[in-house]
Amino acid sequence: MKFTKLGRVAAIAAAGALLLSSCAANEGGGDNTDDNGGDETTSLSGTLNGVGASSIGAASEAWVAGFQTANDGVTVNYDAQGSGAGREAFVGGGADFAGSDAVLDAGEESALCSADGYPINLPIYISPIAIVFNLDGIDELNMDAATITQIFKGEITNWNDEAIASQNEGVDLPDQAISPVYRSDDSGTSENLADYLHEVAPDDWTEEPSGTWPWDGGEGAQQTSGVVDAVSNNIGTFGYMDASRADGLGTVALQVGDEYVPYSAEAAAAVVDASPIEEGRPDGDLAVQIDRTTTESGVYPAVLVAYAIACSSYEDAAKGELVQEYLTYITSEDGQQVAEDAAGSAPLSPTLRDQITESISQMAG
Amino acid sequence: MTSETASKPKLRAQRRPADLVFQAVSTIAGFSILITLGLVAFFLIIQSIPAMVGELPGPADNFLDYVIPLAFGTVWAAFLAMLMAVPVSVSIALFITHFAPRKLASAIGFVIDLLAAVPSVVYGLWGMAVVSGFMRPAYEWLAANASWIPLFNGTASGTGRTVFTAAIVLAVMVLPIITALCREVFLQTPTLHEEAALALGATRWEMIRMAVLPFGASGIVSSSILGLGRALGETMAVAMVLSPSVVISFVIISSSNPATIASNIALNFPEAHGISVNALIGSGLVLFVITVLVNTLARVLINRNPRTGGAK
Repeated sequence: MKFTKLGRVAAIAAAGALLLSSCAANEGGGDNTDDNGGDETTSLSGTLNGVGASSIGAASEAWVAGFQTANDGVTVNYDAQGSGAGREAFVGGGADFAGSDAVLDAGEESALCSADGYPINLPIYISPIAIVFNLDGIDELNMDAATITQIFKGEITNWNDEAIASQNEGVDLPDQAISPVYRSDDSGTSENLADYLHEVAPDDWTEEPSGTWPWDGGEGAQQTSGVVDAVSNNIGTFGYMDASRADGLGTVALQVGDEYVPYSAEAAAAVVDASPIEEGRPDGDLAVQIDRTTTESGVYPAVLVAYAIACSSYEDAAKGELVQEYLTYITSEDGQQVAEDAAGSAPLSPTLRDQITESISQMAG
Repeated sequence: MTSETASKPKLRAQRRPADLVFQAVSTIAGFSILITLGLVAFFLIIQSIPAMVGELPGPADNFLDYVIPLAFGTVWAAFLAMLMAVPVSVSIALFITHFAPRKLASAIGFVIDLLAAVPSVVYGLWGMAVVSGFMRPAYEWLAANASWIPLFNGTASGTGRTVFTAAIVLAVMVLPIITALCREVFLQTPTLHEEAALALGATRWEMIRMAVLPFGASGIVSSSILGLGRALGETMAVAMVLSPSVVISFVIISSSNPATIASNIALNFPEAHGISVNALIGSGLVLFVITVLVNTLARVLINRNPRTGGAK
């Protein structure tokens, strides 16, 4: 009797331990798909550790697989712990490079860089943020940033509101309450959307952009999948997500200048081209300051740009060479294609790619 | 030969190496619990100090403003869950121990134990995809017809991701813990007490009320506390189900719900850096303190009503 009791308690304890351990956040580990069949391998060898943004997690898995296939002796690990964790790891010397949704502040240093080296930011991944909705029979709506913000803030509460109708003549808008959906976790997608709305409609989006949602009243959902789930399973919902996940939902064309631009990979890449590099950055650092308020034709300003943060010159020259090779691969036409297939990103434009290639080639091995 | 044995001290327990080793191992194991807990507390305190003295980014600029809504949400969601889970669990345990035929009882017991083995992520998926959609019409109805009750005085959530939905999921998650422990306690009721009650002409319900429940009272409390600990600390399921805001609100049908500490950490830690990390760890310290308080309270309650003392 006593033993059965003990056994039960132990079983509960074990079950509890199992449950607790299953609470750990999903960590996307890049799997090491070493393909020994590759005959064109190089003499490179070593291990490269990257930490950073989860936005490039899916693309990184594909990049790692591609790079390791081409370079048999190299192991690349990318741990998608988050942008902040990535930047901290890079600065502290815990990661050879970082992936981040935001650039490293000017003047920050890393233990990994050689005496005359400094951290540089390279845009490697562009993802349009789609603003989506779920209404029967409507696939596309036109909106300006002020309208979008007012919907998110709960100031426009019905789909037949005059503010929406006036921008969409000829569309039969239903009498239906709007349920705005936002990311309940801290995310680069939220921060870039906030940045866009804050720049273009500062009178409405009054809060400073940050990764956490500032407004009450919307529906919070965890990560992109949670938002997709909440938007697509309910009628009258309004949300935002990586454009790659917006299939099947209605999307909003953003007002840029006098026209409305639906999201597309080209339009997203174009806004990065139309944007200047942040001032005061050292040679080779491509910290793009996205020009959200651009009025240029055919650009889609709600984009998330992820950067690779690396040293212009590494203390450990062999490490430097590896980073250089890896970054060359992921920013190549081939690498960008791989990311588009795996994660639905927008490939870098040729102009931007030329600039990046130049920066990488200046890196001292 | 005889003189030799007589000169030795009689029958002293021999210190066998196995005994010594076992004693050492169990002592170390016992202390390791205390040390681990101490180290966790130490880590939480050290790491949260910067957030408590410094200024936080975001809408709440001091630590108290930041953590109070979270602490409220944690306690509120757990309270709602317990409100649903405890009566159901106690009833299930009574059914298994006193009403169900033996075969059915063991089958139900087995299923209840299985519930405890479902990972919280799965409960989260279920809550997100099924329960929230299922409850949405109910929230809309309550908002339209029962808004004079403060609990329902708000705009109904358009997706059903409310604190009440989260509480339902939590209730299902703590149900097996409370049920399993209550069942063990109720089985321990002295048969003599039960038979005496029945012999005095009590109905079965009166027998349970007079013999089983008083005897099991402290067991119900302590199993509820174990369940409450689980509900307070549950992370993944709440993070997936709840639509969180920074509010203190008793409304259970709207989309502005107070977030819980654990789910807030899970949602925001991955992208947090600098002092935000300290603030999150600080909120973890608050959760730690809440849990300690809850457990202390349970100890006090149990000691006041010792196990056998209830049956009068």
